[in-house]
Amino acid sequence: MNDKRLTLFAGHYGSGKTNIAVNYAIRLAKEGKRVCIADLDIVNPYFRTKDSAEELSAVGIDLISPRFANTNVDLPALPAESYRLVQDKSTYGIMDIGGDDRGAYALGRFADAIKAENDYRMAFVLNCYRPLTSTLDDAIEIMREIEAACGIQFTCIVNNSNIGRETTREAFLDSLGFAEALSEKTGLPIWLHTVEERLAAGIADIPVMPLKLQKKYFDLPD
Amino acid sequence: MAERILMKGNEAIAEAAIRAGCRHYFGYPITPQTEIAAYMAKKMPKIGGVFLQAESEIASINMVYGAAAAGMRVMTSSSSPGISLKTEGLSYIAGSDVPALVVNVQRGGPGLGGIQPSQSDYFQATKGGGHGDYRMIVLAPASVQEMASLTIKGFDLADKYCVTSMILADGTIGQMMEPITFEDSEIKKYEKPWALTGTECKRPHNIVNSLYLKPDELEKKNFERFEKYKAIEENEAMWEEYMMDDAEISVVAFGIASRVAKNAVVAAREAGIKVGLIRPITLWPFPTEAFAKAADKVKSFISVELSMGQMIEDVRLATECKKPVYLCNRAGGMIPEPSEVLEAIRKAEKGEF
Repeated sequence: MNDKRLTLFAGHYGSGKTNIAVNYAIRLAKEGKRVCIADLDIVNPYFRTKDSAEELSAVGIDLISPRFANTNVDLPALPAESYRLVQDKSTYGIMDIGGDDRGAYALGRFADAIKAENDYRMAFVLNCYRPLTSTLDDAIEIMREIEAACGIQFTCIVNNSNIGRETTREAFLDSLGFAEALSEKTGLPIWLHTVEERLAAGIADIPVMPLKLQKKYFDLPD
Repeated sequence: MAERILMKGNEAIAEAAIRAGCRHYFGYPITPQTEIAAYMAKKMPKIGGVFLQAESEIASINMVYGAAAAGMRVMTSSSSPGISLKTEGLSYIAGSDVPALVVNVQRGGPGLGGIQPSQSDYFQATKGGGHGDYRMIVLAPASVQEMASLTIKGFDLADKYCVTSMILADGTIGQMMEPITFEDSEIKKYEKPWALTGTECKRPHNIVNSLYLKPDELEKKNFERFEKYKAIEENEAMWEEYMMDDAEISVVAFGIASRVAKNAVVAAREAGIKVGLIRPITLWPFPTEAFAKAADKVKSFISVELSMGQMIEDVRLATECKKPVYLCNRAGGMIPEPSEVLEAIRKAEKGEF
């Protein structure tokens, strides 16, 4: 997969950044790599990396998350340990960035160090079934806003287009055209396609990264 | 079928409001309703609408009052502590009989409380909150799809009766993502001859006001307003019944609690317990009819709430205390597991409450 030392997942809120970051971290760890994941989401206090703390520690992944994550303290502050990710070059570092430009401001603090080391991948997580990234122009607008906020330009696209539990093989295949058009218009390669694991086996012709999703809340009985 | 899109509950409210013809949003940031304002900030400038982040909640609700008086479809959104700040304005809006939509994505209280989901603003929403004799229509969505459909319904009801409609959601429904559909439908238009639109020297001045210098006039206004509320109570109650046909125990829950409760009802049915669910969709008007009917059939009720027990009082009133009403609750931002509700159902069945 030609893994970089640092992988940054950013994009529109609700695009799937946290799930992808957690799954990618676990994948690297299972390959025997030393992995550290940092939750840099200072804008959404609800669903976050720390919800997967048990799975992450089970495979030896070092989790850095804001001190007050999953509590009632809505304090947008990054933990001091975040610097470890940038400074300790013996680990593979994964950064889960908060949604939109507001979430990406937090990354700006590390931008100079990340660019100086120059061994990173800045991935734009795309879900074309989300209303504010359902046209090319809207998706690019959000990309540019994020880049302006954090000072790092995207280097690739992760196509995570899905309609939640209603995602079908066809819905995934239908998203390919959009992802490719975005790739062409921005000049950025599509690094990954990601789909929920229940669908991955049915998509043999395209390389996809299967995603195990964080616990789903409040499903209704059928 | 129209296209399926994946939305957060908060976004669904914002998009639905735009589709309902709302072009004026005034707000002040607070977790966990942030995405409503973020969505409006992104969309309104592109469609000729107004997004304005006011200097405070009090300012924003008074901007809503102004735009409503001008006949616009207008909304604001906040979460519990922010709604408390808006209540003075809500009372003025009610006293002036202008229509508005207000969203409360509830979090734990009282005080600054917390940021996790709660339903403890039930009293505030249904019993007033602000001063004076007034009511708001209170709609309680239990899914992202309903966040959208009840927002549109809320605007229509507000315009129809010249009242405030409140969407009483909670942090979980605001934040969770589900696939939804927006059906293409006409925006309902309501005549607003009272609106402050400029006379063009062709009609007498309209006045929107909640101050009455003579008590007999104020009394008359109150009586008239309550005729309107009576019509709302008679015509607009909404609820869902689930497995109630042969139920001997009725679980009662709204919003996110009803989703937990539904899972517990299914589990209890699998264990052979005859239990059903009544889910109020309008909290005011409270669906009294459903409870009056159920009170003659079931042995007991269990009110499942994310509060210290607020709706339970309305269940007791609606059933005229004919049957015991038990409480199964969590508070402060905690949500019960279906197993906790199932345990309450078992206790009710054995009469061990």
